Amino acid sequence: MKLEIRGLTKRFGDFVANDHIDLTIEPGEIHCLLGENGAGKSTLMNMLYGLLDPSEGEVLIDEVPRSFATPGDAIAAGIGMVHQHFMLVPVFTVAENVMLGDESVRGGVFLNRGQATERVRALSQQYGLKVDPEALVEHLPVGVQQRVEIIKALSHNAKVLILDEPTAVLTPQEIEELMQIMRELRDQGTSIIFITHKLREVKAVGDRISVIRRGRVVGTADPSTSEAELAEMMVGRSVKLVVDKEPSTRRDTVLQVEHLTVTDPRGHQVVKDIGFEVRAGEVLGVAGVQGNGQTELVKALIGLIRPDTGVISLDGNDISGHGPRRSLEAGVGYIPEDRSHDGNVGSFSVRENLILDLYRDDRFARGMALRLDDIATNAQERIEEFDIRTESDQTPVSALSGGNQQKVVVAREFSRPLKLLVASQPTRGVDVGSIEFIHRRIIAERDRGTAVVIVSTELDEIYALSDRIAVMYDGRIVGTVTPDIPREQIGLLMAGATDTGEERV
Amino acid sequence: MTAAAITEEGTVDIRDRADVVRQIRQLVVFAIVAVLTLVFWLSTEDAVIPYRLGEGEDVSTFDGAVALVLCFLLALVALGLAAVNRVPRGWAGTLIYLAVGLAFVLSFLIWSYGDQMTETPTALLNPLPGTVRLSTPLILGAMAGCLCERAGVINLAIEGQMLVGAYFAALAATVVSSATFGLVGGLVAGVALSVLLGFFALRYQMNQVVLGVVLIALATGLTDFLLSQLPRELNEPEILQRIAIPVLSDIPLLGPTLFDQNLLVYLMYVAVAGSTLLLFETRWGLRVRAVGEHPKAADTVGIKVNRLRWQAVLLGGAMAGLGGAYFTVGSTGSFDSNASAGNGFIALAAVIMGRWHPIGATLSACLFGFCFTLQAQLAFLDKIPGELLRASPYLVTLIAVAGFVGRVRPPAADGEPYVKG
Ligand SMILES: Nc1ncnc2c1ncn2[C@@H]1O[C@H](COP(=O)(O)OP(=O)(O)OP(=O)(O)O)[C@@H](O)[C@H]1O
Ligand SMILES: [Mg+2]
Repeated sequence: MKLEIRGLTKRFGDFVANDHIDLTIEPGEIHCLLGENGAGKSTLMNMLYGLLDPSEGEVLIDEVPRSFATPGDAIAAGIGMVHQHFMLVPVFTVAENVMLGDESVRGGVFLNRGQATERVRALSQQYGLKVDPEALVEHLPVGVQQRVEIIKALSHNAKVLILDEPTAVLTPQEIEELMQIMRELRDQGTSIIFITHKLREVKAVGDRISVIRRGRVVGTADPSTSEAELAEMMVGRSVKLVVDKEPSTRRDTVLQVEHLTVTDPRGHQVVKDIGFEVRAGEVLGVAGVQGNGQTELVKALIGLIRPDTGVISLDGNDISGHGPRRSLEAGVGYIPEDRSHDGNVGSFSVRENLILDLYRDDRFARGMALRLDDIATNAQERIEEFDIRTESDQTPVSALSGGNQQKVVVAREFSRPLKLLVASQPTRGVDVGSIEFIHRRIIAERDRGTAVVIVSTELDEIYALSDRIAVMYDGRIVGTVTPDIPREQIGLLMAGATDTGEERV
Repeated sequence: MTAAAITEEGTVDIRDRADVVRQIRQLVVFAIVAVLTLVFWLSTEDAVIPYRLGEGEDVSTFDGAVALVLCFLLALVALGLAAVNRVPRGWAGTLIYLAVGLAFVLSFLIWSYGDQMTETPTALLNPLPGTVRLSTPLILGAMAGCLCERAGVINLAIEGQMLVGAYFAALAATVVSSATFGLVGGLVAGVALSVLLGFFALRYQMNQVVLGVVLIALATGLTDFLLSQLPRELNEPEILQRIAIPVLSDIPLLGPTLFDQNLLVYLMYVAVAGSTLLLFETRWGLRVRAVGEHPKAADTVGIKVNRLRWQAVLLGGAMAGLGGAYFTVGSTGSFDSNASAGNGFIALAAVIMGRWHPIGATLSACLFGFCFTLQAQLAFLDKIPGELLRASPYLVTLIAVAGFVGRVRPPAADGEPYVKG
């Protein structure tokens, strides 16, 4: 199926998110879309999928103009999509989510859950995406939810498959498998539109690359183009792809965790008797496949879950039973893995989200009243500093592009003095230019003497930032190593091998 | 602290926090029940109580002395189980909760009806048939609540739908002189009010709480107006007759309770089973729930969000309207001003207490119905002050919710209009 986009334009008020975009997707090609945060990639895809109405322009399928008023129309035309922000019903099981809209039924009306479960199991096996069909989606870590979202899109046998940043929270191995799936689908004739910020993936799997900047197509490139060149095309300036950092000067212990055990809402023990320490001026990277207890470990550190046992001491005070407010006040900064759920209030403005945990601060409040002017000034500064692309500081955060929402969270957490920074997937969905910036900020924070815990499934990120790396497997820390060991060895640890001779800290 | 022991399954051998909370909750509730049953036992001297199994039946007596002790012991055993954290989970646990609840009710009744020093003691009338009757409008209203809210539309107007249902049931039944046809009238009136709800809530995205209040006011005004303007003769409907279902109604206790009722009660059974099946076992139900939890996700798989919401709202209106018919053709006959008397609000409470599940809502509604039935009977005894008695259904609710229901969570998109883009 050949898909042609002609002059597609989307305006939000005065703001032009897509400006006369022309693009042709040939049958059986993997077409990569690159572009910085807020460039308009998701907007374009949402128009293709019938979620947004175009202001101008048309879409042609096999030379026939088509218009999609609803996603139902797009699905009927053979278009499938993995959305950047998951479209999953949290209280449904994985199988229910996958079958929704195309249910397995008995007698025309009654749900056939058994068949749906089997279908998910088969897909999960066929594509190597491990997931329990009967688990409730809300109990799954984001990485696993991402797998569900991909399975859902694959189950519809789309002829054009849109993948909007499907790899942001997948592990290297899963990404490799997904790319293999994409190649197979392409060879069977499926066209794929693939959006990602990871240049390596683009080069590995893309047949053609289009770059979008500020709502316009600014060029196409060949997958043989170098990463540095691609980055420059996207951002419009040269980008450093590695962070410069001095070796850390380890000082006093800030965070000391002992015998920490945490049970998740399903009653499964997910963090098992963990202990580690982080010193001032040090970055501890926590590597591991999603779903091995990192989510719960982080939530316990910030006080969102009360651990069953164990001590979390910050500067010698146990904060494990304190709850998030007191933890924040004690100087803990937190970048959650799921920004739309835990990081921002979607309907609040950018300005308000930038002080979401600072509104009690004397800088922004006088007694019961908020200092609105100072809040506005603060917003302007942060937007400037972190290059948050937004129409104004009054725009609701939910109208921002994914990467810009992430920058709002990061900007907020960096705007107060911290003793400990806990960051889970801090650069999820952020473009290369901004990754460079956020990484520099994290290192600067470290050099100021903050203890930093980075949880990431992105080994590049772990290597780039960490002074020490702890590998989690099945709720335990199976090894603590330094970033000079080879990737394969960490890979082994992540798969559960413990006998590497490394010392457990 | 010492290193924790590791069990065979590879987990650390310690208790998780949710388990501790559960135990504390059990301890508190069982302790309250144990103390109360002990008080009932010790303060009852003459435990021989008169009772009647049905309205036409003779008075018999029952010596509750042993029962009082047994009830207390049962509560004590439950308390003991909770103390060593051995209350089973799942259906066995539910059975224990149920047994403790029954023990409490039984010893309370023995205490209430014991020690009557008069020549002609008041007899306890079997409260179960009454419970089923009084619960019927509550349950139908609660089904309306479940259907609407599962689809993401707050239906505060159940009370209003019941009120118009009651009036138009009476009117229709009088005009056609058939009580059964009255049910059709009630149903249509409930649906009509739902059309207004859907129109303003879904088409114009009006605030659904405000809208609900407005609709109730509208229903009250409209029915009062019609009542005062239309001739009295139009408000004299026949009443639905009891239909004893052969064989089933002969089962002792259960038969007269469940299978010797009028048509509306039987329709209520169908409504409960139907709503449950519909919501949880059909394609339509899965989509309705998706729309109530995450409408955008539903939209992205090609589901028409507002169309489903309309369907759920209309179906809900039909149930609430039927429920309203109880207050006229289902019980007293002619329509009085404000006939539904707050039942719609109690139905709403039952929805929440039942966690937006038709079965849960039905059981909660039955609890309310049971309290109302007993309350009416106990009022003749003078043993408990009237004010306390009137508050009792709500006290019971508080304890039940705190003890067993715990935290409830409404559908995530409840009350939020869906706008594309
Ligand atoms: N509903 C909306 N109302 C107003 N502005 C919007 C809306 N949706 C998107 N925008 C704006 O349109 C621009 C493009 O957003 P889009 O989500 O398409 O970016 P993107 O290229 O997908 O970025 P990212 O890589 O961060 O996901 C952003 O500046 C965003 O603020
Ligand atoms: Mg995007």
